[in-house]
Amino acid sequence: MGLLSDPNRRKALTGLLTRLNTPICIVCYLAGIVWFMGLAFEPFTLRTYMSENAMGSTMVEERFSSGERALSLAKEFDAHKRKAGGMPVEWLVKAMQSRGLEVFTQSFSRKLPFPDENKERYMVRGTNVYGILRAPRAPRTEALVITAPCSPGNTNNQAVALLLALAQYFRNQIYWAKDIIFLVNEHDLIGTQAWLEGYHHTNITEYISGSLRGRAGSIQAALSLELSSDVITSLDLVLEGLNGQLPNLDLANLFYAFCQKLGVLCTIQGKLQRNDWDTAEGYTHAAQTMMLMVLKQACGRSWGDHGLFLRYHIEAASVRGINSFRHYKTDATTIGRLLEGMVRKLNNLLERLHQSYFFYLLPSLSRFVSIGYYMPAFGLLAVILLLRALDLWVHLGAPALAAVDGVTEAEQPSSPGVLTVLTPVVISHLTGVALYLLPVHLQEMAVEHFPVSETEAVVLTAIAIYTAGLALPHNTQRLLSGEGTEQGWKVLKLTALLYLAVLLGCTALINFSLGFILAVTLVPITASITPALYAVVMVLLSPAFTILYCVFIYQELIEAPVSVSEGWMLFLSVISQGILDHALYGSLVYPLLALFIYPCWLMFWNILFWN
Amino acid sequence: MAAHRCGLSLVCILIFSSLAHPSSCDTLEKANDNTAEKRSISEVNTDGSVAGEALNERQWQSTDAEVDRSDSTTHSEALTPAAARDEFQEELVIRPLHSGDIYASFQFRTLWDTDFLQEGQKVSHYRLFPKSLGQVLSKFSVRELHISFTQGFWRTMQWGQPFIPSPPGAELWVWFHDTVSDVDGNWKELTNVLSGIFCASLNFIDLTNTVQPSASFKPLGLGNATDHRFLRYATLPREIVCTENLTPWKKLLPCGSKAGLAVLMKSEKLFHSSFHSQAVHIRPICQDEQCSSKAWELRQTLNVVFDLHTSGQGKKEWSLFKMFSRTLTEACPLASSSKVYVDITDNPEGELFELSPATPLLGQAVVLGDRRTYSVYDLSRAETFGQLRSFNLLLRWKGDSGDMLRPLLHAERYVAGFGLQTGEIHTVIYNNHPYRAFPVLLMDSVPWYLQLYIHTLTVTSKSRDNKPSYIHYQPAKDRHRPHLLEMLIQLPPHSMTEVTVQFERALLKWTEYTPDPNHGFYVGSSVVSALVPSMVAMRTNFTQDQPLFSSFVPVKEESSYFVRVYTEPLLVNLPTPDFSMPYNVICLTCTVVAVGYGSFYNLLTRTFQVDEPSPPLSKRLANLIRRMRGVPLLT
Repeated sequence: MGLLSDPNRRKALTGLLTRLNTPICIVCYLAGIVWFMGLAFEPFTLRTYMSENAMGSTMVEERFSSGERALSLAKEFDAHKRKAGGMPVEWLVKAMQSRGLEVFTQSFSRKLPFPDENKERYMVRGTNVYGILRAPRAPRTEALVITAPCSPGNTNNQAVALLLALAQYFRNQIYWAKDIIFLVNEHDLIGTQAWLEGYHHTNITEYISGSLRGRAGSIQAALSLELSSDVITSLDLVLEGLNGQLPNLDLANLFYAFCQKLGVLCTIQGKLQRNDWDTAEGYTHAAQTMMLMVLKQACGRSWGDHGLFLRYHIEAASVRGINSFRHYKTDATTIGRLLEGMVRKLNNLLERLHQSYFFYLLPSLSRFVSIGYYMPAFGLLAVILLLRALDLWVHLGAPALAAVDGVTEAEQPSSPGVLTVLTPVVISHLTGVALYLLPVHLQEMAVEHFPVSETEAVVLTAIAIYTAGLALPHNTQRLLSGEGTEQGWKVLKLTALLYLAVLLGCTALINFSLGFILAVTLVPITASITPALYAVVMVLLSPAFTILYCVFIYQELIEAPVSVSEGWMLFLSVISQGILDHALYGSLVYPLLALFIYPCWLMFWNILFWN
Repeated sequence: MAAHRCGLSLVCILIFSSLAHPSSCDTLEKANDNTAEKRSISEVNTDGSVAGEALNERQWQSTDAEVDRSDSTTHSEALTPAAARDEFQEELVIRPLHSGDIYASFQFRTLWDTDFLQEGQKVSHYRLFPKSLGQVLSKFSVRELHISFTQGFWRTMQWGQPFIPSPPGAELWVWFHDTVSDVDGNWKELTNVLSGIFCASLNFIDLTNTVQPSASFKPLGLGNATDHRFLRYATLPREIVCTENLTPWKKLLPCGSKAGLAVLMKSEKLFHSSFHSQAVHIRPICQDEQCSSKAWELRQTLNVVFDLHTSGQGKKEWSLFKMFSRTLTEACPLASSSKVYVDITDNPEGELFELSPATPLLGQAVVLGDRRTYSVYDLSRAETFGQLRSFNLLLRWKGDSGDMLRPLLHAERYVAGFGLQTGEIHTVIYNNHPYRAFPVLLMDSVPWYLQLYIHTLTVTSKSRDNKPSYIHYQPAKDRHRPHLLEMLIQLPPHSMTEVTVQFERALLKWTEYTPDPNHGFYVGSSVVSALVPSMVAMRTNFTQDQPLFSSFVPVKEESSYFVRVYTEPLLVNLPTPDFSMPYNVICLTCTVVAVGYGSFYNLLTRTFQVDEPSPPLSKRLANLIRRMRGVPLLT
């Protein structure tokens, strides 16, 4: 600190920083990207290990053997599902009751803000059925949840059947210390959300749901099961939850440990693990897996039924059976055993899962990158904003510095008024509010006047407002102070840079992936912006285009590349899904983008048209 | 056939009236002549199909007669000298439950005509009454003591009401004699002593979890003490009950686990069950009808529910051997009565289950507002054991297990909300009576680290505000005493009443966390006490088997019965620091950041000025002279 309190040395340091500002920024940016890409390189990552003692050394013996019975149950369930034309509530209730569970149902309904065209639903009405296995000699304070969604068509029958078979087997065991809730939910995430809100007696997303009668205390962990075929080749673990929340890493470790024990192929992001890290392919594979995780986490939606549990501090993961064309197949008994093992270990828990990491990225199931390793990548990007801000600060303060030993000088005539900065800020944010509110509220009007469906209306309104925002505010300061001054845009840029730094910093703390992706695209353009820059470059690096790029990259990574027009359709559906996720489950990505990131970007856009 | 029945009932009445005795101090066996008459009439229905000879042998056993003191003393006089004046009874009630599970309830009762609390009299000669407890009673001037250890939660919806309810974990409530000056001191010592006697963590009871309920816990024995200053109530919801608590409990029995019903108590079976509860209740009762002197009653109870699926291997068949892995071979020689009761109320024609060996004895009692019929096996009779000299009761289910029950009063509780800042406790009380409203007393004791916002207390029934007619609220003091909330709420008929109160989770000092802070913190069960209108009074259409004159006005003592319902305890997570290595890292980083931030802030806000070095002494002197001379100063 002595370095900084000595005015001469301080002057030298600031001089250095301003002189070398651009090179430092470029180096930081490149270093950030390289660091991030290096995270997938195996020697730099840590091997996963079980942190929780209660789950570690006490290996359990799996005895589940009624896989065949589960498959015949699946057929029965399928028949009843067809007959009922939806969830066979009565049959499920009977089936659970006959297995000695306490069975309850919950009916719910929710009118979506606009029709969901992906899943073809608008007015959703459904029933959740759940049975509670009461643990012997336990005081109903702790519970585990196993859920299987009852999906339309003939998907997921095996999951429900396996759930029932497990219930039957579990019911005859004496060792349970926690109640086990077997939940079959209708309408996938909507059902889960309704059930969770009912269970915790909260109402954050305006569901109309019947109250829950049976409860079992605080839920410690949850597993969601998705299984659509009698045999599978591999099991995929899905971790990404709402708002980019992840379950404790020990849950992933647990899954991995049992897959190893039972010889089941396991994947994450649908990608198998490779051992050849030293080859280029091996590295690319790991990098792709990690990038997929980053993209999935960044979009902030729940990638399985488990994702909604995370809000309630319930560690949860989805296990998805995949049947591809490999020779090596796993039967239902083995999957049952795997789940039995996992549930028994979770049953052994004395405390909630808390020992291992909550913030991590997984380049493969056996390697992880903890928050301490990936945060510097973001830090390197964020520091650019601060460096630029410092540079601007010094430049703005330069005349004042000259008058350091003079007592006081009169207010500089060239200094811009608060109003010149405040007006663009306010206007940008008002545009943001409009972007947040109007699409959903104006859909009826849009449908009346244009030949589009409600969903299209919402998405197109959003895009229209977004584009209108580009045209709106960029000449306000001329009305106020005539010609835009050099000083004026610099002050605005300084404000915007600091604002963006705070925004990205906060976002990255909660959802690293989102923060990082936004930083990668926003930082270079915002750092280098002057009124002389081309508007096209600015637009190409705007938040909306970031989403578009992400869509293309994602499709590329899951090995399903799309053409430009398909990509555009996907982009539209991503926007509508984002708005729906916000309305239905309380995802925060859409409000974050609309209310903060987009207005912040508009402030930079303003600079472009300063003169 | 009808003539047969009439004849039989006459016989029964005759037999009964010769045995019947008016007095009764036992709640379980509360029956009077009037009901006895009704019984014998209804009995005809029950056993109409049995062969005539067997019918003649079958007799209604008067449960009262056994309880009666004069009768039993004549019994025991042969065994013991009259000076001891104590007696011991043991019984086992087996109730097959609708769910296919089976409920076994042991009760051991020791009665002693002495007064521990009498001034100047030191009781030193103990026979049947355990000395360890007697000494505790006299040392701490205990008027009444109730302690229970429970592992598991009583599932009212599946099992109905238990005979003696108890909350999960340990519960202790004590009325002290009104001569005690330092109640808190006595209480503290008493809990420590009991902790030693029962090998339990009762020593964790301190002022932070002790309350003095004003209305919910009234003395059950003699004396009208209502000054709740002498009452202490505490629960330890976390207490885990195991063999180490069972062994000292068994030692209090006169026969130990050597003979009598107690041989059945093998821990490997008792703890292979759905529910296990053991309790000790001590209270003073009347020695005789005039109540001229006091007697002490020690009642040891053990309730256990065996699960059909886990211990029955799915076969709907129960036997003493299957339940306890023992059979009975003898009664406790010290016991004046030793009996096994099997509840056959729902099984009048034997269509639900089959009971073997069959018994000629039947008993009837009004238990929890419902008239129940029991098969009685008297272990003091040799013929009970048959030729094999061992008694193994076999119960084979024929029917299907039923749906969930709808008990008249039922309560549950849960924590609503998410996040670690605030939350809401919901207590839901169900009144399933079709047409009667009745009041209940709700008692809630919440630890101080959940800071209740009492202004958010709402009571709603049928979506309307339901104003409690009595509220007793004692706010918590941080680290000193818990919240106590008692309310008298009127439950409308056939309704669900919801009591909600919001709370904020306190941030504890880091030494106050338990060794497993991420497990969460327990909040004890809330207690709902009520006088519930009884099922007997509910049946308005019972004219078919009963004389009309007996059925117009419901009998007073049967019209309602006292029930205590415990809700489940709560497990609440408090904001917990990460006590492992990252916690230290956070502390360190925060310190570094704080220091760094402080310096930076300092730098950013401070303006620097070049300080003029002070002039040398010669210059200052010169200036002084110049000033005196009025010449311009040197710079």
